[in-house]
Amino acid sequence: MNRSEPAQEQGPSARPAAATLEFREATKIYPGQDDPAVDALSLTVPAGEICVLVGPSGCGKTTAMRMVNRMIDITSGDILLDGRSVRERRPAELRREIGYAIQQIGLFPHLTVADNIATVPRLLGWPKDRTRARVDQLLELVSLDPADTRDRYPAQLSGGQRQRVGVARALAADPPLMLMDEPFGAIDPINRERLQNEFLRLQKEIRKTVVFVTHDIDEAIKMGDRIAVLQRGGKLAQYAPPAELLMYPNGRFVEDFVGADRALKRLALQRVRDIDLWKAPLVRVGEPVADARRKVQDSDVPYPLLVDADGRPLGWLSERALTGERVTEDLRSKAEPAVELDDVLRDALSDLLANEAQYGPVLDARGAVAGVLSLEIIGHALQEPPEQVRSGADALAADG
Amino acid sequence: MTTTYAFLGEFGDALQFIFQGETTREGAEVGGSQFLDLTWEHLKLSGVSMAIACAISIPLGLWLGHIRRGSFLAISLSNVGRAVPSLALIAFFVAYLGTGFANLTLSLVLLAIPPILTNTYVSVTQVERDTVDAARGMGMTGAEIVRKVELPLALPLIFGGIRISAVNVIATATIAPLAGINTLGDPIINVSGYGDTGRLAAAICVAALAIFTELTLGAVQRAVTPAGLKLEPDTASRRMRIRFGREATT
Amino acid sequence: MLDLIAQVQIQDRSSGDASCVADNGFCPSWIVDNLNRYTDPLLQHVYLTIVSLAIGFAISFGLALIAHRRRWLVAPITQITGVLYTLPSIAVFFLLLPITGRGNTTAIIALVAYSLLIIFRNIIAGLDNVPAETKDAGRGMGLTDRQLLWRVELPLALPEILAGLRIAATTTVGLATLAFFAGAGGLGERIFEDIVFKSNVVTAGALAVLLAAAFDVVILIVQRAVTPWARARAS
Ligand SMILES: Nc1ncnc2c1ncn2[C@@H]1O[C@H](COP(=O)(O)OP(=O)(O)OP(=O)(O)O)[C@@H](O)[C@H]1O
Ligand SMILES: [Mg+2]
Repeated sequence: MNRSEPAQEQGPSARPAAATLEFREATKIYPGQDDPAVDALSLTVPAGEICVLVGPSGCGKTTAMRMVNRMIDITSGDILLDGRSVRERRPAELRREIGYAIQQIGLFPHLTVADNIATVPRLLGWPKDRTRARVDQLLELVSLDPADTRDRYPAQLSGGQRQRVGVARALAADPPLMLMDEPFGAIDPINRERLQNEFLRLQKEIRKTVVFVTHDIDEAIKMGDRIAVLQRGGKLAQYAPPAELLMYPNGRFVEDFVGADRALKRLALQRVRDIDLWKAPLVRVGEPVADARRKVQDSDVPYPLLVDADGRPLGWLSERALTGERVTEDLRSKAEPAVELDDVLRDALSDLLANEAQYGPVLDARGAVAGVLSLEIIGHALQEPPEQVRSGADALAADG
Repeated sequence: MTTTYAFLGEFGDALQFIFQGETTREGAEVGGSQFLDLTWEHLKLSGVSMAIACAISIPLGLWLGHIRRGSFLAISLSNVGRAVPSLALIAFFVAYLGTGFANLTLSLVLLAIPPILTNTYVSVTQVERDTVDAARGMGMTGAEIVRKVELPLALPLIFGGIRISAVNVIATATIAPLAGINTLGDPIINVSGYGDTGRLAAAICVAALAIFTELTLGAVQRAVTPAGLKLEPDTASRRMRIRFGREATT
Repeated sequence: MLDLIAQVQIQDRSSGDASCVADNGFCPSWIVDNLNRYTDPLLQHVYLTIVSLAIGFAISFGLALIAHRRRWLVAPITQITGVLYTLPSIAVFFLLLPITGRGNTTAIIALVAYSLLIIFRNIIAGLDNVPAETKDAGRGMGLTDRQLLWRVELPLALPEILAGLRIAATTTVGLATLAFFAGAGGLGERIFEDIVFKSNVVTAGALAVLLAAAFDVVILIVQRAVTPWARARAS
């Protein structure tokens, strides 16, 4: 690893994309306190994975995270970055190769967005044009228009935009490790969801090692490849992939923390496209009734689904539509709810329940019917063993 | 000249002048007890000016602050007040109204008003709206809110303004002899009657008076600060804001 | 006392409206004819103010940077500069006479002493008000303490620092009208020379007020120019 010598870098990709992070009995006792805030924490984050530290308030998540870039000194034990102890590194130099994003963002109010993002590249002595190109690249990466945003001051951005700039700034020097302390904690639920999805999509491209702190178990389940549940006093209660954590919590504490609805929470890990759907009996107006009847018989659905020329659903057909020679446009009910392939099972289930429906059509990105999702299918999905449930960025990666 | 303070050089002479006095060639007694008279005159002039200034600016500031109007007046007044040199103000009054205690007092009152008025105004507007709303919700009248809520919470800052004004007035009273009032500035301006030693002695007295005033009012300010306010999380800058109310004007 | 004042009347009152001048009146024609009498005192006044502000700022800035690192120093420095601030300048001029003699040095020392607290306190307040998360983010990105100070903390403290400088500038202009007591001339000397002559008092006084306003405006313009982000917030 020659990261400390910027002269050797040819471009953002010259650095190793991700680093392996290892906590070895890392312990922090704040001065004047008897009990450790983080107690002999040992865990390894494989390169390119998101490790979420989760736990109740005051359990030592922030402390554990900040020991990595030596914002907090380690009392005993060690933390290794690609096998090398952070304790033997000069703090400022170490921090320049670790991305750092916090809930309060901490953008520099006196610098433009571009100058904010360029902070670390400049500290590392990157040439001007390389820095400028990197800024624009990052702004696009976090879905901001470079031309429009570059020269604004942080005060001229919305909260969500600021958070994006904060992430871009943390990524500026292409660090192999990112530390993120409740980065979306102060954002309204709708924007938080959007930022989470964006970050997962981003992570699919950049494949950084990420330590992500949150106190929200749902966010942990959504974001994490692995989740470390901490309990008060900074003790590690369990370290496992989300599905395993939900299926096999290793004790009362984790069980309570993930919640009584942990089985349902697993539904947030799977997307509609991940499971086998029912085949939909699709019929068009003017089609011979005999064909339609056959399609219904081949399907698990009792009624034919009328679609338009592009395959978009118009509604479920009534008995009367099938009385003549040809299918007429006589609907018994609208094709609701319409679920999308990208929806997680939890949201799809909620839609079905809200519409008091046993099943509903699933639409692909173009709005055409791709199949039918039913309560029964979801019930089966809940019984899948955790090993087969993909998590975090992987689940999104499948979206292609 | 026998002096007990010889080791202090000229300052020793000055101290001796203050405590024992001297007789001039013309046979007049200067220094010693005569300085007491000058000090009394100095304090009287400053005290009267400050009393009038407080009587005008505190009620006005409370009222403006209570109705949350006139921020432009209250703030720019202190800026203008700073920009007008005290010597120019006094000279203006002497030139246009003539000398004498009343005219001089008037000019010192004008000098003293801006810091007190501005601090009073700012301190009242800084009382949190929630607090005032709560008081109104409990059924207090406007006058009761001013008396029982806004004034106690504003007192520390008001006293900060009073301190600034008082020290400033005491300093400016030194040039009162220009307007015909013999304060401790007499030996400074009318140096021929006192000599360099007398002038230095007067400077020491004025300095001591200013420090004494500052310390005394500082103690009063601490005493009038409601106990609850002292407990509030208190950054260094906030402490200083209370101590030197001027910052509130920026 | 009044005899003394009478003795120091402006001797040359020949020009302008004779009867107005004889009445100690406010005589525009006399003022126009005699404006050049105020040029040198005005320049001296400017000189005293700028030199005092520059020295005062340099000392306060140094003290503030030291106290910023060692917080316990804030209280004692505030107290000591507080005493200097409380001491009336006119007294300080004479207290210094036996040590530094008559002249610019004495005047400047007294003016500097007065300005220290104002500037120091504003620098410290400005640095204190830098949001903690901004500093945390800066440190987390690998800025050293020194880089953090010069690239983040001081720029963000600029509005308050310059606000302090504005207060110090206007007060220093005012106090410099007394600098003639220390033998350092300035506009105050003109006022003192003939305190009953309205034309003289008004001209010299107005010049002093205008000078204070000019300093205020100039520093304000500088402040606007170097803190463009502060306006971005408003818009
Ligand atoms: N600088 C400090 N000095 C002393 N104790 C501290 C300090 N910072 C944190 N602590 C204590 O250490 C423990 C862990 O704090 P930490 O900030 O790591 O918790 P957290 O898990 O991040 O909590 P939250 O979810 O509320 O952010 C807490 O009990 C806290 O009070
Ligand atoms: Mg935390």
